[in-house]
Amino acid sequence: MSEAEGDVLSGLFTGISDLKESRSVKGTPASRLPAFILGEELADLADHDPRIVVLTADLASANRTTEFRDRHPERFFDFGIAEKNMITAAAGMASCGQIPFTATFAAFCGILGAEQIRTDCAYTGLPVRVLGHHSGMSMGFYGTSHHALEDLAMMRTIANLTVICTTDANHLRAVLRASLKHDKPMYIRLGRGRDPEVYAEVPEIEIGKAIRLREGRDLTLITTGAQVHACLEAADALAEQGIETRVVDMHTIKPLDEAEVRTAASETGAILTVEEHNIIGGLGSAVAEVLVDCERLPFRRHGIDDEFVLIGPPAGLYAHYRLDAPGVRDVALELLEKR
Amino acid sequence: MTEQQTHGRNVSREFLEDRAKFIRLETVRLTRIAGAGHYSSTFSAAELLAALYYAQMRINPAEPDWPERDRFVLSKGHIAIGLYPVLADLGFYDADLLEDYTRLGSAFGDHPDMKKITGVDFSSGSLGHGLSVALGMALSARMQGNDSRIYCMLGDGELNEGQVWEAAMSAGHFGCQNLVAIVDRNRLCIDGSTEEIMSVEPLTDRFASFGWNVQRIDGHDLDAIMAAFDALPSGNKGKPQMIIADTVKGRGVQMMEMSLNWHVGNLVGADYDAVIEEIQRGLQPVTVTEVRP
Repeated sequence: MSEAEGDVLSGLFTGISDLKESRSVKGTPASRLPAFILGEELADLADHDPRIVVLTADLASANRTTEFRDRHPERFFDFGIAEKNMITAAAGMASCGQIPFTATFAAFCGILGAEQIRTDCAYTGLPVRVLGHHSGMSMGFYGTSHHALEDLAMMRTIANLTVICTTDANHLRAVLRASLKHDKPMYIRLGRGRDPEVYAEVPEIEIGKAIRLREGRDLTLITTGAQVHACLEAADALAEQGIETRVVDMHTIKPLDEAEVRTAASETGAILTVEEHNIIGGLGSAVAEVLVDCERLPFRRHGIDDEFVLIGPPAGLYAHYRLDAPGVRDVALELLEKR
Repeated sequence: MTEQQTHGRNVSREFLEDRAKFIRLETVRLTRIAGAGHYSSTFSAAELLAALYYAQMRINPAEPDWPERDRFVLSKGHIAIGLYPVLADLGFYDADLLEDYTRLGSAFGDHPDMKKITGVDFSSGSLGHGLSVALGMALSARMQGNDSRIYCMLGDGELNEGQVWEAAMSAGHFGCQNLVAIVDRNRLCIDGSTEEIMSVEPLTDRFASFGWNVQRIDGHDLDAIMAAFDALPSGNKGKPQMIIADTVKGRGVQMMEMSLNWHVGNLVGADYDAVIEEIQRGLQPVTVTEVRP
């Protein structure tokens, strides 16, 4: 099995030690991939913070919260396949002074558990951290039931909820650390867990503040989550054609860094949003809502065009939907032709 | 009201009867402000609420956030109208605030909001969530090493919700003996009797099979309620505790008893005065046992 075509869950259910030895993704060794650090980072944080508890729904071996379970068994709860109960129980715990992290597939928290997030976490303002991993179409051939291409739209409409996408392992660490000082409930979106490294070190992040990763004057790619890496590669490819492309990691979807959007509009003149999400309601919509107030400029939302995606291996899907680097480059060129 | 540092406290049956009467009277009074309210589901729970708050729960109105207090999750959030006057009476807030019940900008709506109302341990209203909330609280109390009890009151129609059984299963699995659930088994939901719309019996067997210790009592008999509370084991590891309280929807107001018509209603004119007078006379023998329109 090649790296790109590997089992979408490889490193999660089976062959973990083998993977750590031999697998890498675009030059990022397995030990520095999000899937391998989530449980460890949470356990490290819990060493110093007795408020932290971790809940999962029969996916500890998939999200590697097993590491937390082994180091803090008294603060770990596997709720079985009962996500609604898990999220609401987390809210009950938070009301008693704890900081619960719930972890399961994004489809089964950001979609299935949406009402529990809204009513029990956001309405109450309790510091529950809902981790939705394997978001977007990263479950590939497991199918539409396991895809989450609507979660950002649903979470973004919930008042009082902070919505963040994580970019890579170091960014995930930064978000988890920042969450301990954040007083609002949070939906934290993770990719497949095999997302290549963008940040060589744990970045200094501020919730609600975008990170400009590359400067450019012709076009801005505003992107989030696993697409950040693809956009940086696409920017390199565009540079070869003389197009200087700015790349913005808009990790916080809500509250959105509106100033960064306006700056991009005025300084680069064209904006392309790139996200692994339905173009209705996600990052593209959030940016569009800001741009409505700006002068007319070339703008396009790139993502999944309001459809359930094909079945296939993730790499094939990214190429098909032009969410890989060549795809993003082509969409960017199409956009600029209109200018 | 002085602080209550232990589970259970000596109050007379007469005092609790009077407080149940107070809950019904206040429900009628506040409903008139709103122009509509949940009379009959509150009346079925009046004795249970009175016994919990005035005799059983370990709470301190002077320190509402006391971490080691007992907690109460009103999963059937639509009877908040019966809880608000109790919290005011106990000193959690000024009773005058209730004069604005449901008015624009009031903290007090048909369903309780923990962020706006001192003494409300959790917001509720969407049925089926409360037992999961209480489960989380019970697990927290155990992790934190305190001997709080978590009480949760559910409606019987609410038991149709799947999440209740997720919570019931996990409470049994996790052995939350400090979790005490009370089902107000008043036999009616909105469209008809629970057994006709979506049957919930046999409740004792169902919860027992999920690993709960189950008591079944007359939910209007204050001696039986207090005896059920007295029988609760101490300690936080063992079987979760279920009290199924057989009640009469609308109890205490004859025209509302077992009537589908009064789930939400508004008493006007002479009816209002007559109902006040009837409640003040105290509970009379039940005359209607079958569901009626």
